[in-house]
Amino acid sequence: MRRVILPSSLEELWREMERRPDALVYAGGTDLLVRLRREPHPDRSLICLERIDALKRIEKLGNEIFIGTGCTHSHLLASPLVRDHLPILAQALAVLGSPLIRNVATIGGNIVTASPAGDTLPPLYALNASVEIVAPGLSRRLAIDEFIKGPGQSALRPGELLSGVVIILPTASAIQHFEKVGQRAALAISIASLAALMQLDEAGIVQGAHLAWGSVGPTVITCPEAEAALEGKPLNRESLAKAAELASGAVSPIDDLRASAAYRRKLAGNLLLRLAPN
Amino acid sequence: MTRIEFMLNNHPMRLHAPADKRLVDLLRDDLGLTGTKEACGSGECGACTVLIDGLPRPACLTLAAQLEGRQVTTIEGIATKTGLHPVQQAFVEHGAVQCGFCTPGMVLSAVSLLDHVASPSAQQVRQALAGNLCRCTGYQKIIEAVLAAADHKGERL
Repeated sequence: MRRVILPSSLEELWREMERRPDALVYAGGTDLLVRLRREPHPDRSLICLERIDALKRIEKLGNEIFIGTGCTHSHLLASPLVRDHLPILAQALAVLGSPLIRNVATIGGNIVTASPAGDTLPPLYALNASVEIVAPGLSRRLAIDEFIKGPGQSALRPGELLSGVVIILPTASAIQHFEKVGQRAALAISIASLAALMQLDEAGIVQGAHLAWGSVGPTVITCPEAEAALEGKPLNRESLAKAAELASGAVSPIDDLRASAAYRRKLAGNLLLRLAPN
Repeated sequence: MTRIEFMLNNHPMRLHAPADKRLVDLLRDDLGLTGTKEACGSGECGACTVLIDGLPRPACLTLAAQLEGRQVTTIEGIATKTGLHPVQQAFVEHGAVQCGFCTPGMVLSAVSLLDHVASPSAQQVRQALAGNLCRCTGYQKIIEAVLAAADHKGERL
């Protein structure tokens, strides 16, 4: 039998993590508990974060929104702050897993799992989000793309906890767009996804573009060339097609049971064409 | 063994169980509540859906220790002495059950939806049931049943 510890405060969590340095820490468990059934580590205790209310805050502080690591996706979808200020994230949350998974799984879990198909990751990259990492007597921030090192790998060190995500609010007029392509609407692991955050001026010229693709590389893929191709241009089919071509060249997808690499490459570019005004 | 106290179908429950025992196993093997089904064992099918503090969760990804102090509702806990829950009754009347394996989870997801949204649209019903897979019905009759149960609840108010 494996020990399962449910601390109710950060103080209690630090004590338990110090006492059991090899314990596996989880929040919703929708990835870890599935993985444990396949690769049992019978000696390693489990520490579950779901009872630590301090990790479930969603707060607006000045021009930043802080989202606690323990917020479930359902909790975030119900948050007016997320709905009103971060539709790009809300759109991704709405197609993440299923209602059952969203009731349990958390944003911190999605980040630390660092799956190439993690649905919250492209929006967080497009938003230039940072993560906050804490340990007793320590707190540091890292940009999301510095935190995620590879599939399943992050910059989290032993004894540290990802405590939340910090997002600088986009301007109210920014275009926020997310689309995921999967084999069905719910419970589908993404074949490719695109998060786009764009600022247009009054004449409809792109002032800034932040683009991030999921499931087309070992981590989220960004493409500064495609962003540069859009900047200074009107947002239309022509400018988007040029950016799409650059994006298709920049991604590094694989063949797997969900789709071929060639399909993913084409799709990554074509997802941009949705941004064309009607 | 860990001592766990929680409410199961509105009855206080006190038991000793391995802390890492999955709720689906605790219910089926130890407590004889076999209405909760297991299919995928990885949170992808919804067959093992139970309500924890009123929210649908997969019992295959919930460990015994996590139940401490919670309210757990299984399919065995929603009918009353006087009859089926309105959602169950609507499933019967609308032919929303074929093989029946997904039905307990499907019904509990629907019960939770109607507890939170009294008169959902068809789209809201589809979204609320999106995590419960059915390989028989094609879903249409299930959606009709849930909408009918919502109407019926509305009439009674």
